[in-house]
Amino acid sequence: MVSYLINGISLGAIYAIIALGYTMVYGIAKMLNFAHGDVIMVGGYMAYCSVSYLGWSPAAAVIFAMAVCTILGITIEKLAYKPLRDASSLAVLITAIGVSYFLQNAALLIFSSNPKVFPNLFSDMFTIKVGEATVTSVAVVTILSCIIIMVALTLFTSKTKMGKAMRAVSEDRGAATLMGINVNSTISVTFAIGSGLAAIAGVLLCSAYPTLMPTTGAMPGIKAFTAAVFGGIGSIPGAMLGGILLGVIEIFAKAYISTQLSDAIVFAVLIIVLIVKPTGLLGKKLTEKV
Amino acid sequence: MKKKLLSLMLCASLVVPFTACSANSGSADQAAAPAADAQPAAEAAADTQQTADAPAADAPAADAASSETSDASGLTGTLKMGMIGPLTGAAAIYGNAVNNAAQIAVDEINAGGYGVTIEYQGEDDEHDAEKSVNAYNNLKDWGVQTIVGSVTTTPCVAVAAEAYNDRLFMLTPSASSTSVTEGNDNVFQLCFSDPNQGSASAQYIKDNGIGEKIAIIYNNADAYSTGIYQKFQEAADSLGLEVVSVTTFTDDTANDFSVQIKDAQDNGADLLFLPIYYTPASLILQQAASTGYDVKVFGVDGMDGILTLEGFDTSLAEGVMLLTPFSADATDERTVSFVSKYNEKFGETPSQFAADGYDCVYAIVAALQYYAENNGGLDVTGMSYDELCEILISTFSDPSFTVDGVTGEGMTWTAEGEVNKAPKAVVIKDGAYAGL
Repeated sequence: MVSYLINGISLGAIYAIIALGYTMVYGIAKMLNFAHGDVIMVGGYMAYCSVSYLGWSPAAAVIFAMAVCTILGITIEKLAYKPLRDASSLAVLITAIGVSYFLQNAALLIFSSNPKVFPNLFSDMFTIKVGEATVTSVAVVTILSCIIIMVALTLFTSKTKMGKAMRAVSEDRGAATLMGINVNSTISVTFAIGSGLAAIAGVLLCSAYPTLMPTTGAMPGIKAFTAAVFGGIGSIPGAMLGGILLGVIEIFAKAYISTQLSDAIVFAVLIIVLIVKPTGLLGKKLTEKV
Repeated sequence: MKKKLLSLMLCASLVVPFTACSANSGSADQAAAPAADAQPAAEAAADTQQTADAPAADAPAADAASSETSDASGLTGTLKMGMIGPLTGAAAIYGNAVNNAAQIAVDEINAGGYGVTIEYQGEDDEHDAEKSVNAYNNLKDWGVQTIVGSVTTTPCVAVAAEAYNDRLFMLTPSASSTSVTEGNDNVFQLCFSDPNQGSASAQYIKDNGIGEKIAIIYNNADAYSTGIYQKFQEAADSLGLEVVSVTTFTDDTANDFSVQIKDAQDNGADLLFLPIYYTPASLILQQAASTGYDVKVFGVDGMDGILTLEGFDTSLAEGVMLLTPFSADATDERTVSFVSKYNEKFGETPSQFAADGYDCVYAIVAALQYYAENNGGLDVTGMSYDELCEILISTFSDPSFTVDGVTGEGMTWTAEGEVNKAPKAVVIKDGAYAGL
C-alpha cells in the first residue's frame, strides 16, 4: 500500500512537471502545445548525449538539456506559432501536431529508433526504507523538484513584473497590449520556461524509466495533458494536483483493479471529473461576457 | 529583418548540438547502414570472396553430397531473394541481425558450389504492419522471387496475407505466432511457433526444477506475447506448475512495472517468466533490481538482444535463462564458422535471430537443390514467383526433406508451416550466453 502510494506520487510528480508546461502555455498563449511531449524527448536525448558521449556530470547535463530545450521552445514559438497569432485556434492546434511529428521524425533520423538505455543520474545517491517499501533516490528527487518548481512558478507569476505581465496577457491580450505590455516577448518567455521545465521532466522521466526512443515523450505528454485538464487547465496548482492524482490513480488501478484496464480507468475518472466539474478540479469558472 | 536574422541564429544554435550528438551516436547509424547498401555490398562481397571461400562447403545444405558441386543437383540460375524486417525502430536489433546474417549466407552461396547465385535485397519495415506491406510491394517491383521474412510477427501477418494472394513463398526466420502460418500454405517458419515456445518453456522449467512459484508478466497488446503466455499457462496447469501471479502491460504502459513486480514479490514468486521483447524486459530487470527483488528470470526468444541494447547494464541480466534453438558457443563446425564470420564482419556475437536468418537462406537454397535433384534440374532465372512458390511449398512439406543448420540438425516442416527441431536453453553469464 505505502509503496504503491510512493510509486504513484513519483510517477504523478513527473506528469505534474510536464503538465505545468502545458498549463502555462495554455493559460498565457491560449493554445495547446502538443509538441511539448516531444520537447521532453529532446531534453532526454540532450542529457543522454552529454552524459554518455561527452562524459559530463549530471548537473551539467541537466543544465545543457534545459538550455537546448529553452532555445528550442523559443524557436518553435517564433517559427511555427507566432505567424499564426491571429489565426483560428484550430490552425494553431494542427501546427502544434505538425511540430510534434517534425521533432519525432528529426530525432528518428538523427538518433535512429534503436532504444537507448538512459544512465540513471541519481542512482547511488541514497535509498530510504519506509516500512516494507523502498523509496528510490529518483523518486525523492522527482517529488522534491516538482514541489520546488511549483512554488517557484507560483512566486514568479504573482511577484515579479514579468509574472504580472503574464497574468495580464492571460486575462485579456488586447487590454494588456494597450497597457504597454509586450505580448510577443511575454509569450516567448512563457515558452522558454515551459520548455526548460520539459527538459527537467525529460531527465527525470528517463532516469525513472530508462528507455529513450524518439516516441518516449508522446505517451507521457498525453497523460500530462490529461492531468492538466483534470486539475483545471491554466491553473498552476491545478496541474500539480492533477498530475499527482493521475499518477496515484494509475498505479492503484493497476494494483487493485486490473493491469489490463488501468488506462481505461484513468480516463474514465477524467470523464467523470469533467462531467461534474467542467473546468477541472481547480479551474476558474469563466463567465462569458455579453 | 533583424528578427529573421535572430530566428535563423536560433535555428543554427539548435542544429549544432544535434549534429554533435549524431556524430557520436555513430554505432546506431552504422547499424542501419547495411540496409541501404545491402545490394551493392552483396555483389561486391561476392566478387571478392569468389576465390577464397573454402568454408562454404561446411555450411548447411540438404545433404552433403549435393552441396559439393552445382552439377550434382542440377540447380542453376539467379534467384532474387528479398528480406523484410525492422532495420530501424524498437525491434531493430532483430531485423539487423537477420539482415546481416542473411548477407553472410548469400555471400557464401554466391562464392560458388551451390549452382545458384542470389541477388539479395533487405527492406526496412520498422516493425510496422503497414510499412511491412510497403516493403513487400517494393520488393515485388524489384522482381523478388522469394522472401525471407517478415522478421517480427505483427508485420509478418500483414505481409503473409498479401503474399498468399500473390502466391509468393515466404520463410520467416522469427515470426513465431501461429497466425502467421494459419491458412497461409505459402508461409513457413524457421523458428518455433509460439505454442511450441510456451509449452517447451513450461516443460523445461518443470523438468529442470527451475522454479516453484512462477510469476508471469506479458504484453496483452501483442499477439506474440499473449500467444506464448496462453500456451505456457495451459502447459503449466497440466504439468502441475504453480503460477502465482499473472500481470500485464501494453505498449502504452510499458514504462512503470512497479505494480507488476510488487505483485510477483508479494505472491512469493521465485521465478519470473517473461514472454516479451527485450526492451520492456530490460526495464523490468532494472526495476526489480532497484526494489531489491532477487528473482530468477526465464525468457523466450524475444529476450534475445538484451545484451546488445545500447547503454544497458548487462550485470542486471546475469543469470537470465532463455529458451533458444541457437547457442553461439556451440562447438560444431557450422556454428563456429558462422560465429567467427559474423564476428569478423559486424563485430558482435550473432544472436538467435541472426542464426535464424542465416538458416533461412540456406533452407531455401537446400529446398531448390532438393527439387532440382528429384526433377532433373532447375533453372530459377526469371522464373515467376508463383511457379517457384509451388515448388517450394511441395518441397518444404515433404517429410523426407531435411535441413541441417546452425539452429538445429535435421529440421523438418509440417504442411502447416511449423518447424520441428529441438530447443536448447542458455543462461546469461558474464554478459554472454552460456549453455545450460
